[in-house]
Amino acid sequence: METTFLTCIMCPIGCNLKVEHEGKNVISVTGNTCPRGKVYGTNEIGNPMRVVTSSVLVEGSKNGSVLVSCKTAGDIPKAKIKDAALALKGVKVKAPVHIGDVLVRNVADTGVDIIATRNVE
Amino acid sequence: MYDVIIIGAGVSGCAAARYLSAYDAKVLVLERAEDVCCGTSKANSAIVHAGFDAVPGSLMAKYNVEGSLMMEALSRELDIPYKRCGSLVVRTESDPREGLEELLERGRKNGVEGLEIIGRERLREMEPNISDDAAEALWAPTGAIICPFELTIALAENAAVNGAEFRFDTEVTGLEPFKTADGDGWLVKTDKGDFEALTVINAAGVYADKFHNMVSEKKLHITPRRGDYYLLDREVGDFVSHTIFQLPDDMGKGVLVSQTVHGNIIVGPTAFNIEDKEGVNTTAEGLAAINQKAGKCVKNIPLNQTITSFAGLRAQEDGKDFVIGEPDDAPGFYDCAGIASPGLSSAPAIGKALAEMIAGKLDLKKNPDFWPIRHGILKPSDLDLEQRTELIKKDSSYGQIICRCESITEGEIIDAITRPLGAKSLDGVKRRTRAGMGRCQAGFCSPKVMEILARELKVPMSEITKSGGGSKLILENLKDGLSEESEGLKAIAKWAADREKAEAAGKEAENA
Amino acid sequence: MLNYDLVIIGGGPAGMAAAVSAKDSGIDSILILERDDKLGGILNQCIHNGFGLHHFKEELTGPEYAQRYIDMVKERGIEYRLDCMVLEISPERLITATNKKDGIFQVQAGAIVLAMGCRERTRGSLNIPGYRPAGIYTAGTAQKLVNIDGLMPGKRIVVLGSGDVGLIMARRMTLEGAEVLAVAEIMPKSGGLQRNIVQCLNDFGIPLLLSTTVVDIQGKERVEGVTLAKVDEKLKPIPGTETHYDCDCLLLSTGLIPENELTRNMGAEIDRKTRGPVVTKEFETTIPGVFAAGNVVSVHGLVDDVSKEALIAGKAAAEYIKARA
Repeated sequence: METTFLTCIMCPIGCNLKVEHEGKNVISVTGNTCPRGKVYGTNEIGNPMRVVTSSVLVEGSKNGSVLVSCKTAGDIPKAKIKDAALALKGVKVKAPVHIGDVLVRNVADTGVDIIATRNVE
Repeated sequence: MYDVIIIGAGVSGCAAARYLSAYDAKVLVLERAEDVCCGTSKANSAIVHAGFDAVPGSLMAKYNVEGSLMMEALSRELDIPYKRCGSLVVRTESDPREGLEELLERGRKNGVEGLEIIGRERLREMEPNISDDAAEALWAPTGAIICPFELTIALAENAAVNGAEFRFDTEVTGLEPFKTADGDGWLVKTDKGDFEALTVINAAGVYADKFHNMVSEKKLHITPRRGDYYLLDREVGDFVSHTIFQLPDDMGKGVLVSQTVHGNIIVGPTAFNIEDKEGVNTTAEGLAAINQKAGKCVKNIPLNQTITSFAGLRAQEDGKDFVIGEPDDAPGFYDCAGIASPGLSSAPAIGKALAEMIAGKLDLKKNPDFWPIRHGILKPSDLDLEQRTELIKKDSSYGQIICRCESITEGEIIDAITRPLGAKSLDGVKRRTRAGMGRCQAGFCSPKVMEILARELKVPMSEITKSGGGSKLILENLKDGLSEESEGLKAIAKWAADREKAEAAGKEAENA
Repeated sequence: MLNYDLVIIGGGPAGMAAAVSAKDSGIDSILILERDDKLGGILNQCIHNGFGLHHFKEELTGPEYAQRYIDMVKERGIEYRLDCMVLEISPERLITATNKKDGIFQVQAGAIVLAMGCRERTRGSLNIPGYRPAGIYTAGTAQKLVNIDGLMPGKRIVVLGSGDVGLIMARRMTLEGAEVLAVAEIMPKSGGLQRNIVQCLNDFGIPLLLSTTVVDIQGKERVEGVTLAKVDEKLKPIPGTETHYDCDCLLLSTGLIPENELTRNMGAEIDRKTRGPVVTKEFETTIPGVFAAGNVVSVHGLVDDVSKEALIAGKAAAEYIKARA
C-alpha cells in the first residue's frame, strides 16, 4: 500500500490530505474537513480533475466589453487542460451573454461545456 | 534650408529653440527620442541653484546666476510651477570649519544675493529634522525648485507655437560643412534623411562630445556621471521645507534632500562615473550609497516611503565647465556641451545667450509675432468648486478622474495628448500631467491612460508604448499567440503523455 | 448638495454587502459611490474560481460572486453612481466627489461606510535596482489587461512574489500561451494559498523559488531579462547566487496595502500594522459615524470574510443612523 500526502484544492482552506492507495485504487482519504476533500483525494490519485477558467472574445457589447469570462461547467481531467485552453482560441460569441450561458459545448471532448461567468449586455 | 538646427530636445536645446523663436528664423529641433525631455533633463535634482557653488569666472557661475534670476519670471510666462524655497548647505561637526566661508565667498564673487551663514539654533527652527550633528549652514534665499519636465515641455511648446519645428525619433548620424548660396552651412545627416542649416546647436547632452568631435579638432570628452535618486511619497512631503545640501567635498555636492514642487521629497544623487551613455539603470550599490550618505545632514529620512527610485546621467566634460559657443575651427557650429549641474538652473540663460550669438551671426530680425506666453494644462484641482462645476459642464472629461493618486482627470490627459508637441506615450502623459507619478506608480491608471492614448491617437491599444521606440507595453492580443507550441502548456501535455505511457506500461505488465 | 443617510465609498464586495445589510436593517436613503464603470470592484477581473464556498455554499468565480451582490443591490433599489471618484471626505461626513455625468458634487452623509479596498505594492516600494523599461507590471494590472482588456502584457514571464494574485496570474498567462519561467519569493515560505501553489504552479511545472529575489532588471526599452539571487536570513542577496532569466515581462505580486488616503485625510486613526483604520467590533473608525469594512481595514484572504464583515458594518451604520433619527 502507498501513502500520498496532498493539499486539497477544493477551497481556500487547503486541507492536508493523507491518501492511502494501491496504485490507482484508493483505500482511504483522511484529513479532509468536507466530502469534497474525499472526492478530490480520490480523483487526484486516479484521475486528477480541474475546473478551468478563462475568457473568450465577445462582440456587440453595449459597454465596450471585449471579453466574456467563462469556466468549465464542471471538473475536466487535468490531462485535458491544454486541449481545453486551445479550444477557446478563435471562439467569438455575440452579446448579450448571461451567466450560465453555454459558450462551447463538450469542450475538448470532455463531455463538459464552457459556460459564461459574466453578464455582457 | 534652416537658419538653425538644434540637436537635442532637452532643456538646453528647447531653451535655445524658445529664445530663437523670438527671432525671425527658421528653426528645426532634431531629437532621437519620441519626445522632449527624455535624457539628462528628465532625471536630476529639479533644483534651481542659487549659484554659490560654481568657480567664479566660469561659465557655470555666469549662466547659473543669470538663469536663476530669470527663472521666476520665465515660470510665470510659461505657466509652470516654481517655488523659491531657499537652500541650506549644512556643515556638520566633522566637516572642516572653513568650508562654508569658502562657499560664501564664492557666492559673493558670483553675485548671488542674500547669502548668510546661520547658526545651529536658527537652522533647527527652519528645519526640525536637521541632524543633531549639524553645526551651521549657508542660507541661500534665492535657491529654488522647479519641475524639469514641465520647464522643458513648456519651452518646447512655446518655441513650437512661435514657429520652431520639431522632429522626433530622428537621430543625427553625421555633420558636414556645406556651401550654400547664403554662405557656409552644415549638412545634418540623420536616419530620416538630410537637413541643411546655416548654423547648428549641439545640445546633445551626454552625446555632445560625439557631435563636437565630428567638426572640431579641439576634442571634447564627456563622461556620463550617474546619479541615483529616491522619490518619497507626498505623505512625508513636509519632512523638509528647503533644499538641504551637504558640504561639497572632492566627491561632489553630496546627497541632497529637498522638497519638490509637487510636494514629494527627493533624496540624491550619487555620483558614479560610467562609460555607458545609456546607463540610466539604478544599481544596488547606488541605492545603498544613498541610504548610507543621505542621513549625514538630515536625520530619520523616511526612506520606507519611497515610491520610486531612478537614475540620471550628468554630462561631465573634462574641463569641468560648460562649453558654450563656436569652436574656432567650426564656424556656424555652436556647442552647448558639458551641461552638467547646474545645467537646469542655467538653461534659460544658456538658451538666451545662444539665441543672441546666432542672431548676431545671421543678423536675424525680431519675430514680430513672437508670443512669450504659454498656458499650461488646465488643472481642475487648482479651481474652486464652482469653477470646477462650470468646467465640467463645458467638458465632461474634466469630471472623470483617471489617476487617483494625483487626482488627474481625463480632460487633462486629452489636453496633454492634443496640445502642440503632445504626448504620444505613457511617459509622455506622465511627464505632462503627473498621471502615474503617484504612490501606486501607474498600477491603476496605466490601462486607462493607454486607452485614452489609443483613442486620441487613433491607434490600437496594443501599439501604445511606455516611452516610444521598442518600449511596447502590450506584446499581442489575447489568444493570438496561443498555440499547440505554447511552451507554458507543454508541461501539462508532457505530464499527460507520461501518465498515459505509465498506464500503458502498467497494462502491458498486467497482460504479461 | 445632496443628503443621504448612508453613503458607501466603493462598490466592490464590501461596499455592496454593507449597502444590502443597511437596507435590510431599515435604512432607505443609501448611495454607493463607485470609481469603476460597473459595480463589483476587483472581483470583475478575478475570473478564477474559489469564491463563495462559505458565503454562498457554492464555488463561484469572481464575476459570478459580484453578480450575486449586484442583483441584491438592484433588487433593493439601492442607488449608486459609477465612474465616480471621491476626492475628499470631511470629518463632518461631507463628501466631495466627481464624475462625468454629475460633475463635481457634494453629499452630506448621516453615516459613511468606507469600502475602498486595497492596492498593490509597487517596484518603487521594493527598491529593485536596474533599468525602468516597459514590461514591469503589478500582477493586478496584468490581470486587468488580460481579463478585461484582452491584451497580453508579456510572453516570457518571471513573477516576483508568491502572493495569490501572482500565482493566479502565472496560471492565467500560461493558459493564454505565455511561458512563466519562475516565481521568486524573497521569504522562505510562500504568502499564497497552498491550493494555488498546487493548481497554478505545480500543474504547469512552474518552479517556486523560495528565499529568492530580483536583483537586476535588464532592457532599456522593453524588459529583456532579470537576474534572480538567493537571499540570506536578513533578506539580503547572497553574492554568487545570481541566475539570469531571459524574459520580456516581470510581474510583481508582493503584497497588498489597504487604500486609506481618504481615511487618513479625514483624520481617522490608522493602525500602523494593518495600515487600515483602527475599528471597533462594529467596524466603526475613530470618527463617529464613519465605518469601514473589507480590505480597506486589513487585507483579507477570502472575499467571503469581506462580505461577512461588511454585513456587520452595514448593520452597525444603520443602527447609528437610527439612534440619531
